[in-house]
Parts: sequence; structure tokens; C-alpha cells
Amino acid sequence: MIVDTNVSLSRWPFRRLVGDEPAELVARLRKQNVGQAWAGSFDGILHKDISGVNTRLAKDCRTFGHGMLVPFGSINPKLPDWQEDVRRCQEEHNMPGIRLHPNYHGYTLDDPVFAELLKLALTCRMIVQLVLSMEDVRTQHPLMRVPPVDAAPLGDLVKNQPGLRLVVLNWAPGLQSGQWHTVLSSTGHVYFDISTVEGVGGVARLVEQVSLERVLFGSNYPLFYFESALLKMQESGLTEVQKNALLEENARLLLAPTGGESHAHKSL
Amino acid sequence: MFAPLIRLSYSASESSERFRIWDVHSHLHSVPGNTPEERMMALIQFADRLGIERLILSQGYSADLHPNPAQLREENNRVMRAVRRFPDRAYGSVYLSPSNLDFSLEEFDRCVRDGPMVSVGELEADKRCNAPELDPIVEQAVSMKAPILQHTWLKVGGNEPGESTPYDLVELAERHPEASFICAHTGGDWEQGIRIIRHARNVSAEMAGFDPTSGTVEMAVRELGAERVIYGSDVGGRSFASQLGKVLGADIPESAKRLILGGNMRRLLTPILQKKGYRV
Repeated sequence: MIVDTNVSLSRWPFRRLVGDEPAELVARLRKQNVGQAWAGSFDGILHKDISGVNTRLAKDCRTFGHGMLVPFGSINPKLPDWQEDVRRCQEEHNMPGIRLHPNYHGYTLDDPVFAELLKLALTCRMIVQLVLSMEDVRTQHPLMRVPPVDAAPLGDLVKNQPGLRLVVLNWAPGLQSGQWHTVLSSTGHVYFDISTVEGVGGVARLVEQVSLERVLFGSNYPLFYFESALLKMQESGLTEVQKNALLEENARLLLAPTGGESHAHKSL
Repeated sequence: MFAPLIRLSYSASESSERFRIWDVHSHLHSVPGNTPEERMMALIQFADRLGIERLILSQGYSADLHPNPAQLREENNRVMRAVRRFPDRAYGSVYLSPSNLDFSLEEFDRCVRDGPMVSVGELEADKRCNAPELDPIVEQAVSMKAPILQHTWLKVGGNEPGESTPYDLVELAERHPEASFICAHTGGDWEQGIRIIRHARNVSAEMAGFDPTSGTVEMAVRELGAERVIYGSDVGGRSFASQLGKVLGADIPESAKRLILGGNMRRLLTPILQKKGYRV
């Protein structure tokens, strides 16, 4: 069974997608042997009524998939009283984590509000999914050009938040390979999904570079074809142990209530 | 040769038999190995895992967009060495530059007319492809019935100097209605690229080298017909897999997938393969 850590519900603003209705998305993911999908909302990228976005997300995740969909609420720390959105995600919607889009919400990672948000997420024991990009900048709508998040400050930030569980989604090209070491050498638990990994055998190379325990299967479905992520696993010629870790085990251990890296290492 | 993969949906051996996948757009750069043969061996290993039967290889190691004649020749030699090592798995495609026209025409003769290569491109260097210097190159290609793979992009922030757009390719294609063109990347911005080439019947849309955004292949098939859509990857910068997923994941009939994944390219190459006495 597969745990997909990077799917989105609702509508992508610039085109309709196959799978942008939750019932259809669930059916298609099931067909691909996905047992669990960590779901954010496309609405969280541009909507200002984030509370409404997260309420709809939680409802869809309850209504469709019989527990397959795990909601990750959007937080925009540039909105007034954003801390209340974090509280609602945790206390009212029982979400295990939040999803952030700094480039669409107008802040950089060295903005003090980002550190404040990480600190609150850590206090709430919530996983943080940080999305570095959504689209190739070369093909964006001319009135909606959004460069990827500059991940350079991430290493120091994570170092200052020991225990933080951070998942970096769609990280290419925002994060250069030289920056991995800074991020990984910090004391936080930082993970990377495979949705934007490219180059022949790219997933195997990522595993070599950041370690097996830090890589998660993520498809960026339905914005991307699910099959692209799946076939990248196949192309990379991973061992059964590696496949199991990426497709399921790493994500399950991360999501477990104690969620610590030590668990992941022990079981692998 | 094609090991099935446990737990994942696609069996390489099944894909190979069902689709006979040919990749129109592959390079040796960003591929592990110290020699063309070693790099090709690595590519074949990756291709085998996905059931890809044959690669059309071009440009060698380099992504240099301003190659001089010596570089062009060296890259073409690298491609021919790689193909010679795996003659049942790859064909070569000649790299030329309109800025070195006389040399390029000689190089076409060396590599295609008198050599083992079967197509032209990926043309990417120096000048936009609507330049008149492209005309003699296209005429040479037509004389050998060789299809032409032309790089195109439509970058929202502006293309590089000399970088072609699908508009440029349509201009060239209209001047040469007897030639067969493949619009590499379909402009990257595929929602525009497909519309731009729609009326140019001798131009096919190629799916390589841009993000695997859902809907790409469906729109191309809807607007152009499956006969004008061709799979390619742009390895080694891209993966075979991310680009193959566009076709295998598309909501289109299986018959359309067969055309896109190999049938169309075999149809375009059949005349030159027959001319050269290669098995089709």
C-alpha cells in the first residue's frame, strides 16, 4: 500500500484537472493502491478565508475515502489572527499537520513570522509541509508569476526548532542540492517528497544524498499525473526495503503520534 | 530483459509488449559514465526498468547552445559510438547548427546520408528556426525522408536569444510542407503550443522536457489527434519516468497511447529506415 504525502483537493486556479472532485480523486488513488493520502487544498493558495478553506478540507476528508484522506490545513501567517487557524486545524479538525505556501502568501523564510509559525507548530506537535513551488516559473500565467521559495534560511531555522517535523514538498528548483546538507545537519526532522525529482534515476540519487529515512512518496496529484511519481520509483531500481520505506513506512512513522526519527531508524 | 516491478502498477515487460515504447528525445548529458558507451549502458538500464524499447539519441554530452563545428562533430561522434554499442536499442539523430551552415550540410551527409543516423535534431543552437539558414538543412532532411526534431519554448519571462518558439517552427513548416517536424517540448507552455501548431499538419507535438502537468496529453490528442502526438523524455536532464507518466496516466484510449508511445515515431521513420535497409 502507498502513502501519498502530497495531494490536493478542490480546484487548481488555472485549469480543471482529472481528479479535482474528491470522489473521483479517491477512486483514482485507490486504483493506484494508495491507502492514505495527505491532502491540502488548492484553495489555500489564494483564498483569504483560510478558515473556510480548512473547514471544507476537513469535511471532504471525512466524507470521502473512508479515512484515506488525511487533511493538512493551510496557514497564511500574513493574515490577521492566523494563530487561530492553527488552533482550529489542531483542536477542531484534528489535523496532524499544516501546509504552507510562502511564495503565494507573500513572505520569505527569513521573515520572523515564519519562525513564529514553526515554533507554534512544534508546540502543537503538528507536522509542517512547506511547499517550495507549484509550477515551473517559465510556464506560469503572465499575471501570476510566482518564483519558488528561496530555501536558503531553512537550515538555521530548523536548527533553532529542535523536534520540528518538516516535510519539504515540490522542492526543486527552490532547494539546491548544496543546501540539503545545511538543512539535514540541523537537529530537526526534515523530509523531502519526490514529486519534482528529475533526471534519470533521480529518486535513487535523492535517497543517496539525503538518506533513505528522509524521503517520502509524494505525487503532487492531481496537478501532476500520479503515474509520473510512481514510474520514477520504478525507474530508480530501488530495493524492496527502499521501496517500502518510501512508499509507506517513512510516512507512517512520521505520522505516528510520537512521530520521532528514532522510531523510523529502529524499524528500518 | 524487462524485469517486472512488484507492487507498482506498471509492469515493464507488459508495457514493452503493449506499447513498444520509442523515446524520440534523449541525450547523453547528465547520465553517469565516462564514455558514450558507458552512458548509453546506463540509459538502457533505466529504460529497461520501464519497458522502453528504443531511444532516438542526439546532442551527445553537451547542452552548449553555441557549438562550433568541432564540437558538433564530437557530439555526433559520441552519439554514433553509443548507438553502435546498442544498435537494437537506439538510433542516432544528427546535431546541426544554422550558424555553421556549410559544415552542417556536410555533417548531415556524413552522419545521415552516408552514416547510420536516421533523423535531424534536436536542433537548438544559435538561431531561431524560422531563419532562412534552416531551409537548406530541411531540404537535405527531405531528400533523405528524415524527420526533424526542433527545440521550442515559450517562456513567460522571454526566451533566450536565438531560442525558437512554436510560432517559428510553424513558419518553417509552412515553407516546407513535404517535411516532417516534431515540435520538441510543444513550447513548454503546452496550452499555447498545441494551439499554435494546430493548423500545421506536418508538425507533431512532442511531450518531453516539461513538468508532468495533468491534462497535457489529453489536450494534445483532443486538438491535434493522437497521430500528431509523440512521447519523448529529454533524458538525462529529465527522467524517462516523469515524462512517460504523462502518456500512461492520460485519460485517452489505449490505441492512442500506442500511437503516442511508439507508433507515430515508427511511421515517421519508416521511409528512412527502409531507404537505409534497416529492419522496421
